[in-house]
Amino acid sequence: MKHELTLRVNGVEYREDVEPHRSLLSVIRGELGLTGTKEGCDDSECGACMVLLDGHPVNSCSYLALQAAGREIETVEGLASDPIGRRLQQAFLEEGGIQCGFCTPGMLMSARSLLGSGEHPDEARIRRHLSGNLCRCTGYAGIVRAVLKASR
Amino acid sequence: MSVTYREPATVQEAVGLLVERPQARIVAGGTDLVVAARSGKSPLPQELLAVHRLAELRAIEELPDGGLRIGALVTHADLESSSLVAGSWSALSDASALVGSPATRHAGTVGGNLCNASPAMELGSPLLVFEAAVDLRSVEGARTMPFASFVAGPGRTARAAGELLTHVTLPAARGRGSLGSAYLRLGYREAMEIAVVGAAALVVLDADGRCADARIALTAVASTCVRAPAAEAALTGSAPDATAVERAARAAVGAASPIDDVRATAEYRRAMVAVIVKRAVEKAVERARAAAR
Repeated sequence: MKHELTLRVNGVEYREDVEPHRSLLSVIRGELGLTGTKEGCDDSECGACMVLLDGHPVNSCSYLALQAAGREIETVEGLASDPIGRRLQQAFLEEGGIQCGFCTPGMLMSARSLLGSGEHPDEARIRRHLSGNLCRCTGYAGIVRAVLKASR
Repeated sequence: MSVTYREPATVQEAVGLLVERPQARIVAGGTDLVVAARSGKSPLPQELLAVHRLAELRAIEELPDGGLRIGALVTHADLESSSLVAGSWSALSDASALVGSPATRHAGTVGGNLCNASPAMELGSPLLVFEAAVDLRSVEGARTMPFASFVAGPGRTARAAGELLTHVTLPAARGRGSLGSAYLRLGYREAMEIAVVGAAALVVLDADGRCADARIALTAVASTCVRAPAAEAALTGSAPDATAVERAARAAVGAASPIDDVRATAEYRRAMVAVIVKRAVEKAVERARAAAR
């Protein structure tokens, strides 16, 4: 049975009718058409699906869409609209933090939540904060350099 | 698939719904229940009771007598970032910081960790050494039971079908000296890990620096987290110097009844109990000494 769901994503409200078993990821990509957020493992192992819920990172593949009602959701599509997000994007490009790009939206969103409060984290803290995001290409060094650069 | 979903706004409404729909499974952050469904471990339940809106269960409160009351919807991230918990209930702080990844910690709850009742649950051994109690509510009223009696086995608790776990309460430390606690986990990686062996230790040092009280609990080496009474006895009344700590750590092995599984053999787990208990006790003693200064 479908339930009415209002999702607020990147400041925009969407009204949909979804079944309770649907993951937030599937609704973001499906009904909302925001395909920047990726499905990697679909069970919270890889972090490719990372979105922010009220500023905190969440694996959207394993979060029921209905439970996200009334929360502020941020996806990678919203990054360019704020200075910290833009700085992160630029830093990833400059520091070789992107190869195939599949982990990138999740990495950016996790990093965005770390830098959200004007933090200047050190490398250890950055690595710990990204511990839920896997990358099969870069070996992480470029990603960590990028976040460090963006945080300064 | 047709799943029914209810989202109560109050605890009252929630326990009423549990009577109406006894098959309903409770979901808060979904980091066990939904993840298990996504990974194919167990299908999503047909009936869901989402409790994430129950604001009355989100608080960490210091009680007038110095105890700590934690609402079932407090997340591991809430615990990790609480300076109150880090300062006075360090083992719990250590444990919450180890759960999964930042994302897991922001969604996963204390109530969920307890009711999922994994033998490797991170919060179990800290709650055992703090001798915590759990509060359960139903339409019939409320009851409290020791956490030590709450978890019955892997995935099994004493929670009745109509009951909602609402709070965990940690009693105040009885001020006979300076207290220190710690929780350590052995795994193959630093994050996104499940314990191979975990140990929580709590020590109280008297004015002469001797161990007036010691509590030790083990994770992932039995069907539930367990206390290690022989280790506790070995430590109580001692200096506690390297010899005493070593003796206690070895005595802890007897409390373990591990199995071979994908992460480790029983033999390895038994050997590592002594190592991890030693480190946890050392850390607890170091913190107790710091508290005394």
